[in-house]
Amino acid sequence: MKINKKIAVSESGFVFDSSTGDSFSVNPSGIEIINLVRENKAEDDIRKILLDKYEVSVPVLEKSLSEFLGSLRIAKIIED
Amino acid sequence: MAKLHFERPNIKKLNVGISNKFGSKTEFEPITEIDGVDIKELIVKYGSPLFIISEKTIRETYREAKQTFENRFPKVQFAWSYKTNYLDAVCKVFHQEGSWAEVVSRFEYEKALENGMPGNKIIFNGPDKTEDDLKIAIENKSFIHIDHFDELYSIMNLAEHLKKKPKVAIRVNMDTGVYPMWDRFGFNYENGEAWEAINKILMNDKLELIGLHTHIGTFMLSANAYHIAASKLADLAFHIKKKYNHTIQYIDMGGGFASKNTLKGAYLSGLDTSPTFNDYAEAISSALLNSEIPPDSLPMLILETGRALIDDAGSLAGTVIAIKKLSDGRRSTIVDFGVNILFTSFWYEHKVTPAQGFTQYSETSSMYGPLCMNIDVIRETITLPPLKKGDNLVVSRIGAYNMTQWMQFITLRPKVVMIDSNGITHIIRNNELLKDVKGLESVPEHLKKINK
Repeated sequence: MKINKKIAVSESGFVFDSSTGDSFSVNPSGIEIINLVRENKAEDDIRKILLDKYEVSVPVLEKSLSEFLGSLRIAKIIED
Repeated sequence: MAKLHFERPNIKKLNVGISNKFGSKTEFEPITEIDGVDIKELIVKYGSPLFIISEKTIRETYREAKQTFENRFPKVQFAWSYKTNYLDAVCKVFHQEGSWAEVVSRFEYEKALENGMPGNKIIFNGPDKTEDDLKIAIENKSFIHIDHFDELYSIMNLAEHLKKKPKVAIRVNMDTGVYPMWDRFGFNYENGEAWEAINKILMNDKLELIGLHTHIGTFMLSANAYHIAASKLADLAFHIKKKYNHTIQYIDMGGGFASKNTLKGAYLSGLDTSPTFNDYAEAISSALLNSEIPPDSLPMLILETGRALIDDAGSLAGTVIAIKKLSDGRRSTIVDFGVNILFTSFWYEHKVTPAQGFTQYSETSSMYGPLCMNIDVIRETITLPPLKKGDNLVVSRIGAYNMTQWMQFITLRPKVVMIDSNGITHIIRNNELLKDVKGLESVPEHLKKINK
């Protein structure tokens, strides 16, 4: 799982795909996950990092993370 | 170190297009408390969903409405519309403020009596009053608003039988320039039926005609319709005096004032489009003051407005059960309150606000209730911050009709609490229990045994 090289991510949550011209808005927790993927963290590592940091149950986090990563794949922001 | 609040990660594709000229905004600020009482603490203590009534808001809204009318008209009397919310605690707040009771059934009539209303401060409306209902209302000297000729004849017979002179008003329906015209209740003004009823009452002398009543519709977004209605009733009162030398003691303009809710399909928010108490008061008062009725014999003005007085005081707190994706990728949010307890979802685009902090990011979702029914839709489309299971929400302006029209469907109805003017919370209706529902049922003997 890695970030598509054509993707630019701003700190404020603006994501731009230079190959298609598509742009996206991502909330802070989403940006945090994108940055963790950029650091080559695996899904399990990301889960652990977020569980340590946030007040959230394991099932809610797992579902949220898996769904978000799925959305990133559909948008071609990350690729496996 | 305390862990941080987690907002579900969310990505939204940005589309360039024509901006929305109506400028609908997303939710903005969380509602974390009502009258200083923390929403999440209320949910922990009393459960979710939970109806919350603010006594302070009821009193403030009532006083604002009363003052607005009294600034323009010398004699004003409010009568609390029981059908809008007949929880005893709510009715008592209105009665403490000086409101009479306006009821439309024997059930409501008896509730009003038990709430301490004397008979002569109860207005009895509605098309279904049995002979027994009428008899009790006559004995108690209540004001009976006659809906149809069959009722008129029943009251005349009872008056003769009881040797009493009941105090009555007739309900008048009329064209006020709005569509649809409400003509199913009362006697029509334009076709002469109202005069026919008046003539029967005044020529017969068995009943005391003390008032004229109208209820022109519900959620009336045109204050001018009330001006037309009040002019027509004032015209009737004036000509009754001229023809029979009989003074009409009150003109009752009914209810129907809109609250600040947004009706389904409306382009603009109810906050921007609903008339204010000032608008209604000006429309009604100017019609009565400018009528041919001499200033020294102006009737009392009675108002039965319900929704506009109670909607803002009611909130429904609830919880997100699940977040799903529909087949076409749309988001759906499932919450623990459905149309069974939030009946007004059929009429309004309810304002739903998270009860916890969030970022400025938002997403569009459908909001469904927990019922296993396709009609259980709270909002077809709503833009909210990314929510997750367990997050709390507050639906605002739900004080009217929900706690009377709610249904006991597949589950039990939740608690209703009132936050008093000192910020103390009281349970004013407990949650139902299985035994409350089953207690009314019985099983025939031959069905008691089943094969296991």
